[in-house]
Amino acid sequence: MLELRGIQKHYNPGTAHELCLFDHFNFTVGDREFVTVVGSNGSGKTSLLNMICGSIPLDCGKIILRGKDITGMPEYKRLKFIGRVFQDPAMGTCPGMTLLENLSLADNKGKAFGLKKGIDAKRISRYREALRELNLGLEENPDIPVGALSGGQRQALALLMSTMAPIEFLILDEHTAALDPGTAERIMELTDKIVKAKGITTIMVTHNLRYAVEYGTRLVMMHQGKMVMDRSKKEKEQLKVDDILDKFNEISMGYAQKRDLRK
Amino acid sequence: MTDIITGILEEGLTYAIMALGVYLTYRILNFPDLSVDGTFPLGGAVTAALLQAGVNPLVTLPVSFFAGAAAGMLTGWIHVKLRVRDLLSGIIMMTALYSLNLRIAGRANVPVFSRETIFDNTFLDKWVPTGVRPFLAVLLLFLMGMVMKRLLDWYLGTKSGSLLRAAGDNEALVTSLAKDKGTVKIIGLSISNAFVALSGCLYCQKSGFFEISTGTGTMVIGLASVIIGMKLFQRRSSVKATTAVIFGSIVYKTCVSAAISLGMAASDLKLITAVLFLLILAVSNGQKGQVTANA
Repeated sequence: MLELRGIQKHYNPGTAHELCLFDHFNFTVGDREFVTVVGSNGSGKTSLLNMICGSIPLDCGKIILRGKDITGMPEYKRLKFIGRVFQDPAMGTCPGMTLLENLSLADNKGKAFGLKKGIDAKRISRYREALRELNLGLEENPDIPVGALSGGQRQALALLMSTMAPIEFLILDEHTAALDPGTAERIMELTDKIVKAKGITTIMVTHNLRYAVEYGTRLVMMHQGKMVMDRSKKEKEQLKVDDILDKFNEISMGYAQKRDLRK
Repeated sequence: MTDIITGILEEGLTYAIMALGVYLTYRILNFPDLSVDGTFPLGGAVTAALLQAGVNPLVTLPVSFFAGAAAGMLTGWIHVKLRVRDLLSGIIMMTALYSLNLRIAGRANVPVFSRETIFDNTFLDKWVPTGVRPFLAVLLLFLMGMVMKRLLDWYLGTKSGSLLRAAGDNEALVTSLAKDKGTVKIIGLSISNAFVALSGCLYCQKSGFFEISTGTGTMVIGLASVIIGMKLFQRRSSVKATTAVIFGSIVYKTCVSAAISLGMAASDLKLITAVLFLLILAVSNGQKGQVTANA
């Protein structure tokens, strides 16, 4: 279980542009939950993920993972039990290294990077098998550099790599946003398959409302650092894209009205 | 003619080990490390001091190597822990090492002609036939170069070496692998400067003196060698990058030697070094048709 307690986060503190994004924000994710998070730009979705991963510091509050306070833990230590896939397919792989080299790196996560051979010959067949499951034909030539792959192929590989070593948490940061609709669809199906097969607790931020409704076991809508909608399993099954769209329009209209009143 | 060729090979092979170090930081780690201008003479200073003290010349090799590693570690530490920009961290170390090298060697110019070196000692006098003598230094340097190249190849193939390559390729991935990218950089700089200082050690023993100004332009010579090597073999994927760098170093020294034989004075050496490097950059950029970030 992941708990965020009493989170406060200000941007540009002490300047005229000071912005309080999170004020006493609480958020709990249960084990094996697959939470989809939607919300407009600037609503705090990515900040939320960055705070969980430790990429940005908190002003106040606590982050607790399985009863352990990880608030002060540096990013690289947290990522031992967290896997993350970014919007940019280039973030999750090494372009200059081959597919096998990339997979070997990912496979060794959490272990020591010592003076043993970089690619363990005994595990190559396992890597090929993992590539075959992606259904992209990558297993045919696993010795080409990853930089030669298309964005979709790289993102599929990034997804595979982030879930290769045993992790407790998967963070998906708009990981289909940079892909064409067909590829995005395949990556989403692949994501669902992996998450279900490994039973990993997952948080997925997306701008695609259909994915948010179709996938996952819980849906959260963020707006200005607050949760304005939180539908768990049963309620989520009844939910339709139009319902979310209505809510979306409602809050952004409200925001526009408030802004007009202030003028 | 044979003299000129052996001279070029000696210089080229000596500097090749330094170029391997520069290859590691510049090409693999993507870190322009100027501390090499200080760690190259550091190797020489340590060697001169040890030889003056009558130490076995073989001992100078590991001592120089580890002195360079320590200096590289410090550059990395300045960059990672004190958050100083890469270029500045190197400049700070380079400047500090200038004085440190003078302290270690005692003065700006220390001759070691009269001492036993790894190229000239009673052991070799006894066992090496006179016919081989003129090529002895080239053979020894070739051997050293091969050993260091193999060592670097082996390291880059290990898990630790893969992580180092990943750090240069995509820093974010190193963090994703739950490893501190700062530590990886420090290790890389350490290894690189160890190679550079070892090269300085060999240079000192080959030339027969330590001279504080030998460090100036080390980075430029190293980069030139790396870029020439990469250009020469860019279409041959069967040639390892480390091999290409060694060839690059020899080609570069050939160019310098050619410039001097065309009538340039020995005092123009650094000017030749700089202009040649500029030419190499201009030519390699012209082919790409755009200014690259690495240039």
